[in-house]
Amino acid sequence: MNETVSNGKFGQSVKRVEDARLITGRGRFVDDLVFPGQTHAAFVRSPYAHAAIAGIDLESARNMPGVIRIFTGRELADAGLPPLPSGWNLSSVDGTPARVGLHHALAVDAIRFVGEPVALVIAETRDQARDAADAVLVEYQELPTVVDLAAAIADGAPQLHDGIAQNRAFEWEIGGSAEVDAAFAAATRRVTLSLRNNRLIPNAIEPRAINVQWSAFDQAMTIYLTHQNPIGMRGFFAIMLGLPSENNLRVVSPDVGGGFGSKAPAYAEEFAVAFAAKMLDRPVKWTAERSESFLTDAHGRDHLTTAELAMDDDGRFLGLRVHTLANLGAYISTSNALVVSYMYATMLSGQYAIPAIHARVEGVYTNTCPVDAYRGAGRPEAAYLIERLANIAAREIGVDQAEIRRRNFIRQFPYQTPLIYCYDSGDYEGCLDAALGLADYPGFAARKAESQARGKLRGIGLSAYVEACGIGPSKLLASLGGGGAMWESCEIRVQPGGSIEVLTGAHNHGQGHQTVYAQIVSERFGVPMDSINVVQGDTNRIQAGTGTYGSRASVGLSAAVHSCDKIVAKGRAIVAHMLEVDLADVVFADGIYSSAASNRTVTFVEMAQAAHGAASFPTDQIEPGLVATSFFDPPNFTYPAGVHVCEVEIDPETGVVEVVAFNAADDFGNVANPLIVEGQVHGGVTQGIAQALWENALYDPDNAQLMTASYMDYGMPRADSLPEFGLCFWPSPTPVNPLGMKGCGEAGAIGAPPAVINAVCDALGMDHIDMPASPEKIWQLCRTREVS
Amino acid sequence: MYDLGYSRPATLAEALELLQQDDMAQPLSGGQTLMPVLRARLAAPSQLVDIARLDELRQIRPIDGGIEIGAGMTHAEVAAHPVVRAALTALAALAGGIGDAQIRHRGTIGGSIANNDPAACYPSAVLALGARVQTNLRILDAEAFFAGMFATALEPGEIVTAVRFPACAEACYLKFRNPASRFALVGVFAARLGSEHRIAITGGGNGVFRWHAAEQHLDRGADIDSLDAVPLDLANFTGDIHGSAEYRLHIAKVITRRALMQMAGQLT
Repeated sequence: MNETVSNGKFGQSVKRVEDARLITGRGRFVDDLVFPGQTHAAFVRSPYAHAAIAGIDLESARNMPGVIRIFTGRELADAGLPPLPSGWNLSSVDGTPARVGLHHALAVDAIRFVGEPVALVIAETRDQARDAADAVLVEYQELPTVVDLAAAIADGAPQLHDGIAQNRAFEWEIGGSAEVDAAFAAATRRVTLSLRNNRLIPNAIEPRAINVQWSAFDQAMTIYLTHQNPIGMRGFFAIMLGLPSENNLRVVSPDVGGGFGSKAPAYAEEFAVAFAAKMLDRPVKWTAERSESFLTDAHGRDHLTTAELAMDDDGRFLGLRVHTLANLGAYISTSNALVVSYMYATMLSGQYAIPAIHARVEGVYTNTCPVDAYRGAGRPEAAYLIERLANIAAREIGVDQAEIRRRNFIRQFPYQTPLIYCYDSGDYEGCLDAALGLADYPGFAARKAESQARGKLRGIGLSAYVEACGIGPSKLLASLGGGGAMWESCEIRVQPGGSIEVLTGAHNHGQGHQTVYAQIVSERFGVPMDSINVVQGDTNRIQAGTGTYGSRASVGLSAAVHSCDKIVAKGRAIVAHMLEVDLADVVFADGIYSSAASNRTVTFVEMAQAAHGAASFPTDQIEPGLVATSFFDPPNFTYPAGVHVCEVEIDPETGVVEVVAFNAADDFGNVANPLIVEGQVHGGVTQGIAQALWENALYDPDNAQLMTASYMDYGMPRADSLPEFGLCFWPSPTPVNPLGMKGCGEAGAIGAPPAVINAVCDALGMDHIDMPASPEKIWQLCRTREVS
Repeated sequence: MYDLGYSRPATLAEALELLQQDDMAQPLSGGQTLMPVLRARLAAPSQLVDIARLDELRQIRPIDGGIEIGAGMTHAEVAAHPVVRAALTALAALAGGIGDAQIRHRGTIGGSIANNDPAACYPSAVLALGARVQTNLRILDAEAFFAGMFATALEPGEIVTAVRFPACAEACYLKFRNPASRFALVGVFAARLGSEHRIAITGGGNGVFRWHAAEQHLDRGADIDSLDAVPLDLANFTGDIHGSAEYRLHIAKVITRRALMQMAGQLT
């Protein structure tokens, strides 16, 4: 679709500069690092989902070869390791704070999900640690388990945490209940929907890993951690480990092999390893095995929702009432209280002008792995609900699924929803028309007839999603319960020779930051991209930042633009002296400073040399050197949106759903690098299709064992199960940042699931089917249809 | 994995000797099942005797009325081999559809049938085609070789050295993939040897088996479309999170019909 170039400007498809290194095996990941005196960690994990710990016998394990020390939860707690911190303070509707079940890095008295760590073995080699972990004898007193959300809040349900009745962590609400009641009273038509948003397991290609060095002499720790937000983690770790200050701690995240949100939380295992390293005064490394990733990487989604939509006779949406049970897992993971509230329910207006909305979310503990942000983090759950409702509404009113959306689209921006957020910009109908064009919507009837002739059922599904990216401003988030700021910083250092370092607190785990930051700075300074080095992921190099999650590129890149502007402006002042002209007469374009008042010109590099040479301008007026730092706190979220159109063909004899076409028109605002953005859409759509058709984390309802704990049972998407995607951009640049960018990282995973299920329901002529639309489920439905 | 020894003998005789000397030793061929099992610490052999590169096991040659495939031939080699492609197109296609490219370049036919995973592809071809399994000790009929899931007639110290297939122009293997593992949720190998129809089903859960009733039905000249009514015992199937026994049975019938139609040139 795009011609690629190796050096270019904003908006061009510049090839990713990081790829050659990564795909030829030259990446450097945490597990690659080995330090003098290196030790290795292995965890003893609970084989049960709910049990009291009656005793731990370390005797034989301690005597195994190579064992250095074995820690239990009690020992770490007694030594001062506090329970895991919360990243978000959520209050219930009655004003009481969320009821937080204490989460110890290593279980102290009880375990509450399968795989929860109980003891930590440190040994000279990885295999020795693993052997000794197998030899630790834990006496468990099994307790009854609960997996199902409805069962967890029923009277008499097994209780996970002392003092937290019915496993209810919070009952949170948003919107106007009275207004919604009034809307329903006035409505002539209504539709209802009950659905489950299936639990997902993130599956980053690189598992979690940490390697910790401690220097007792100067009380300094260095943590190498595969993480999306190393700078944010410094604060968490400093507090957890009782270090005198952040200065005593350096966190480095080198190459990070994917995250999808699962590398954003503060995890139990990592705290235990860091604490152990401090107690042992030797480096300790732990890299999760894939089975540990399945069991303990924060899972995603897992909602049970009922909703009602009130309409008039023409299908205009009047009111929406939503009730969601959100499965928190056994504990509240770092950001999950935010994910299930302000990242989910606030987005229930979708692309539609709905005058009255009310949502209630109840957070529920179950004997499952904690849930947290996963590609989209709340927004996919919202989009799935409203986009499924829209199609059911279309069936109820008897209009086309595109038409019901046209009748309800928001058309004026900014648009204040009834749910706090104010959409920045958009052209929803333009996007719809673009997507329908890509998908040859008018030609669908003929394609359906052709499928029918082959005995296949064809269906088409639309989804018109809107999401929220580039979270900010900090003040708003703080008012909602946020525990951290939402700005991003960028420092630009121009070296005496003219090469440039760009330091950002954002962290690349597949997004292509090295390329895009360099692209933007290269264009602004008029210098080649290969003279620019993007530095990130090391708290010794980066002053401040908030990491990469929630499609925050627009925030970090805006800070970069501001720093570029400061450098260029300082350059003008320097050049005015060099050319002996008025500052007002100096202009900068394409890497050249010039002035109408002079025949001479100065290149950016010459200016940089002069800035460091400090001989051509008065240093009492202009400081030597060439460094600029900017912090960008976005004045609002950005609201990317788009329309996805999925076409499926179902084999009624087997129930297999094949995605035969997938087209998307997305509004990401201005696009810095179409090649990278298309890659993000491909990945996101793939994960979205996978949620709709294959991925499903299943716990055994009888004993809460994870039944999908390997690739033998957890259905990952494969390239050969996907069609060629048809994509186009339909930008409405945002006014909230200087680049007009909105963000694209999660869009595919948000737009695709409802598009797929809408297509499946269209093919089968039914209101709803829960994800994943697995072959047997579809076969049973087809069979029932035939009988009836 | 647990600590273990590894040896790569130069000849089959040496390999057999190593295996005979050590009850806890295990032969390693492509390792596509054994290595994950070891990694997960579900087995603790004393040593692995690597037989994957033994010359004696790495030949494909025409034999009277068919072909002999050495046990050490990888799926990719079988899929690409001109002799196999000519004499047993369906077998080449089966081999070319196992797992993914990496698996096909490691996994071997001998390893697959010796493991007899109830969801593996190869056992259905061996059974349907009435192939004979050559070991270091004897030659076994397919019917006598497979003994239920993960079980075979192999004795301790006995290894598969080759598989002898009859040539067969009319054969077809169809697989309904498990969406997670891509193993056969159900796989059907249908063949006609002379006037005799043979249908072997894998993936049912209890090990590969023949659908005799359907074979007889077809031998009597019945129409392919009438297969749905032919009894197929539900006891041959087990259920799991990917499909109930009833569903697997249904799929077995559907893809048997499709395989036969494809064989008859009615479906492509």
